[in-house]
Amino acid sequence: MQETTTLNNSFKSEEYFINMGPQHPATHGVLRLLLTIDGEIIKKVEPDLGYIHRSIEKMCERDSYQQIVHLTDRMDYLSSHINNEAVCLTVENALQLEIPDRVKVVRTIIGELTRIASHCLWWGVMGMDVGALTTFFYGFRDREMINDIFEETCGARLTMNYNVPGGLMWDIHPNFINRVKNFVAHFKTKIPEYDRLLTENIIFQKRTKGVGVLSKEDAISFGVSGPVGRGSGYSCDVRKYHPYSALDKVTFNEALETDGDTFARYNVRIKELWESLSIVEQLIDNIPDGEYRVKTNAVIKLPKGEFYQKVETARGELGVYIISTGTKNPYRLKFRSPGFSNLSALNHMAVGGKIGDLVATMATLDLVIPDIDR
Amino acid sequence: MTNEALQILIGSWFPNPEADKVVDQVEVLADDGEDPVPQDPVNPSLLEFAEEGSQFLNVEVSPDHLHELMSKLKANTETSFDYLFCLSGVDWGTELGIVYHLESTAHRHNIVVKVKTEDRENPTFDSVWDIWRTAEFHEREVFDFFGIKFNNHPNLKRLFLTPEWDGFPLRKDYEDAINMVVK
Repeated sequence: MQETTTLNNSFKSEEYFINMGPQHPATHGVLRLLLTIDGEIIKKVEPDLGYIHRSIEKMCERDSYQQIVHLTDRMDYLSSHINNEAVCLTVENALQLEIPDRVKVVRTIIGELTRIASHCLWWGVMGMDVGALTTFFYGFRDREMINDIFEETCGARLTMNYNVPGGLMWDIHPNFINRVKNFVAHFKTKIPEYDRLLTENIIFQKRTKGVGVLSKEDAISFGVSGPVGRGSGYSCDVRKYHPYSALDKVTFNEALETDGDTFARYNVRIKELWESLSIVEQLIDNIPDGEYRVKTNAVIKLPKGEFYQKVETARGELGVYIISTGTKNPYRLKFRSPGFSNLSALNHMAVGGKIGDLVATMATLDLVIPDIDR
Repeated sequence: MTNEALQILIGSWFPNPEADKVVDQVEVLADDGEDPVPQDPVNPSLLEFAEEGSQFLNVEVSPDHLHELMSKLKANTETSFDYLFCLSGVDWGTELGIVYHLESTAHRHNIVVKVKTEDRENPTFDSVWDIWRTAEFHEREVFDFFGIKFNNHPNLKRLFLTPEWDGFPLRKDYEDAINMVVK
């Protein structure tokens, strides 16, 4: 009799806290989540940030505009080229510089290749997070080809620094066009392989369908952007609404899904691989001749005023907000990072689910922690 | 909506009580048969609009009217600013303040709302997290780096820095001999 009572007591439901991170593999970096759970059901997710905060915004206030570009690829290191482009576009628009078409086209091609590389890595770790280790090697195999192309043209594989205010650091490598074409032909045969391996896998679908649902209204209210917003049917592609560089010269579809769950966000990114390939294909044979950089002053001074530029990185909308007082440094520079806003919706998406679902949800948020911590 | 139409509509929500008085005075002077003294045009609204030096329509609002203005910007079907895409704290030297960048996903127009205070010891604004949920995180970031407090915020504490951190790093008068390299 005594035994039965203790047994019943031990099954009493009780809320308690556990730590996830900062070294948990599913947090993809140093993010610590404080979970309040009841059994295995999540009651609250509270992110604890700042493990790698470097205060890039404060550093920018003492740096010149050329130097700021180099800091940006330490934010979202998987979209480094697009981050660089965001600052360069802000500076160029403020100075009203006329940028050669060649620069615009090359920037767009490399930007889309960056997006493909980022999605390849995401796809690899997405599979790994839900227990399919093979995907990691597939994703990295294809991403490696893009990194090799980048290495040949700009000398770096990850933190590229290929953009400078006024254009590009140097011209593209003579092999660039051929290697990109080879990659496009290669990768077209690989996306169906991705689908067969993971998308159509019934275990994967059961892990992701109906998990971490975010409605369209909530998506807008939480300010999410990129594939996370588009998975909820929220049309938010900056490339469509505020086209920059050569994106107004190409045709592509905005990848949209309406379910708002983990599987929908997964599908958006797979669709985006096809769309990015299509953009690269449209531009790669049509790189105009011309200068790869226009001359700027050695010391760039922006006119007095406020400048805002948004671009679509692999994670969503990156905003650069510069307040200038007319000196060679920005008075205030704010990066509106996509990961930060996307993370703010995590609690809303995870509450009521299980810990395993939280891992799957976080995988499709595609968080890059330096982007959040800046 | 165009910026002009937005300015007229939003300005009409907060009429300036001073504007009517000035008009009355001018009429009285005109009755005396003297030429009316040319006066500076009085802003018919309590809000200050500006487009100079920015690609967006800027509106400056006093802290008292901030939450009311923000609620109306979101709720009004003609403005319908449902997307707060950037919330930045700014230290203007003597003043501290917040800059809100808003966009409407239905009409695709933008507005920038600014609010400022000269109180550097205890700057406080109303929180807008009940209007846009994303503001909860962004306001915590501003509190962390600028020391600006928000009324009615559900969880106002340091976000990136440790709770015992001294000072607010993104303020212009912040000094840190160890962590800052001054050129």
